[in-house]
Amino acid sequence: MSETSPSTKLLYCRCAYAQVVPQSVKDGVLAKLCDSGAGFESVADLCEMAAHRDERLKAFAESTPIRIAACFPRVVRGLFRQAECSLPEDGVEILNMRVQTIDEVAEGLLKA
Amino acid sequence: MITHTARPLRVVLYEGNGAIALSAPARAQVMAALLDKGYAVTRATAQGASGFPHDDRSLLVLGQFQNQQAPDLEDATGKVTIEARDITGLETLDIVSLVEKARGNKPMNQPGTWKPWFPVIDYSRCTNCMQCLSFCLFDVYGVSKDGKIQVQNNDNCKTNCPACSRVCPEVAIMFPKHQSGPINGEQVNEEDLRREKMKVDISSLLGGDIYARLRDRSEAAKSRFSKERSADKALEERKKCLTKMAQDGFIPAEVLASLPSPDEIMRKAEEAQAKAQAALNGNGNPA
Ligand code: SF4
Ligand code: SF4
Repeated sequence: MSETSPSTKLLYCRCAYAQVVPQSVKDGVLAKLCDSGAGFESVADLCEMAAHRDERLKAFAESTPIRIAACFPRVVRGLFRQAECSLPEDGVEILNMRVQTIDEVAEGLLKA
Repeated sequence: MITHTARPLRVVLYEGNGAIALSAPARAQVMAALLDKGYAVTRATAQGASGFPHDDRSLLVLGQFQNQQAPDLEDATGKVTIEARDITGLETLDIVSLVEKARGNKPMNQPGTWKPWFPVIDYSRCTNCMQCLSFCLFDVYGVSKDGKIQVQNNDNCKTNCPACSRVCPEVAIMFPKHQSGPINGEQVNEEDLRREKMKVDISSLLGGDIYARLRDRSEAAKSRFSKERSADKALEERKKCLTKMAQDGFIPAEVLASLPSPDEIMRKAEEAQAKAQAALNGNGNPA
């Protein structure tokens, strides 16, 4: 697997508060990230952060280019907007651990 | 606005220069255990840190440092407290307890204590019709300064109740922690839009086609609206609708049990309509 450009930031959501992402997928994706040489950011639950208007979301939204492994892109964009820090249209890729396979998500995150 | 974010520190798993990398399985295990406890974790490698700005006031840097000696670290700006701990030879559970100890008794939001259950609006679909505002009895929705529907009090939302998503004619309301689509945020397809069960006729809840009238700015329409609206009918219809949703298993029975009193429902409905009317009139003031 090729290495991500250092300027592309990676964010992994663990969906820990209600666990709608299948356990095997989120474990598998985390394992692949940990297997790579990439530095990355991980959070317990983007939904919880948005509910509490966590200021860190703003830092993520401003850190493009960014790839986010979480769930449905509509949801992820909606959560950032709700926290008053909309994700820009360009420079954001959202990988969906609810429906994509471990390999699809990991490849999407770690592609060059 | 919700303000009870409690995130006392961010954990950095440092594997850059001067530290020995963990094995990949050990690394994944430690990260998963900390995330499942509610911590945010950065993995910093020789390739670089994660590249995100470190906006946290408190960082706890974990690493297998040379000579098992954690370095003294200081933030040049003086704004961030940085502590480092050596984790050489520690098992995952020991690392988690080390982090918990470093946090001390500072409060933290933790998974398992609360379910982030609240509506999220897909503004690419929303037409700002305000039906959700009028429907919700728990003041979850409000209107922004520029007249847009907004989720304002998400902590008021009743856990596992996605009722307002059925009211939205555009399928624009998502509940991220819902199991099935399109409410969980899945792409909306034509069938979803047609599906009768997605739709609850809000006008019947409020006694007449109020929204068409609200949009009609003529005085005659408005006065007809106020004459025709029947409080009793509205209340009855709303209850019927919620009971039906509970019977279908769509909303939990607790939601019905926790409904406000009839008077309170009517008062809330009046308030919501005034807000909706003001927003639809585009002047911020109830007409
Ligand atoms: S953003 Fe998606 S993956 Fe993350 S916590 Fe919310 S539902 Fe789960
Ligand atoms: S009911 Fe749907 S379309 Fe109407 S304001 Fe609410 S979210 Fe928007």
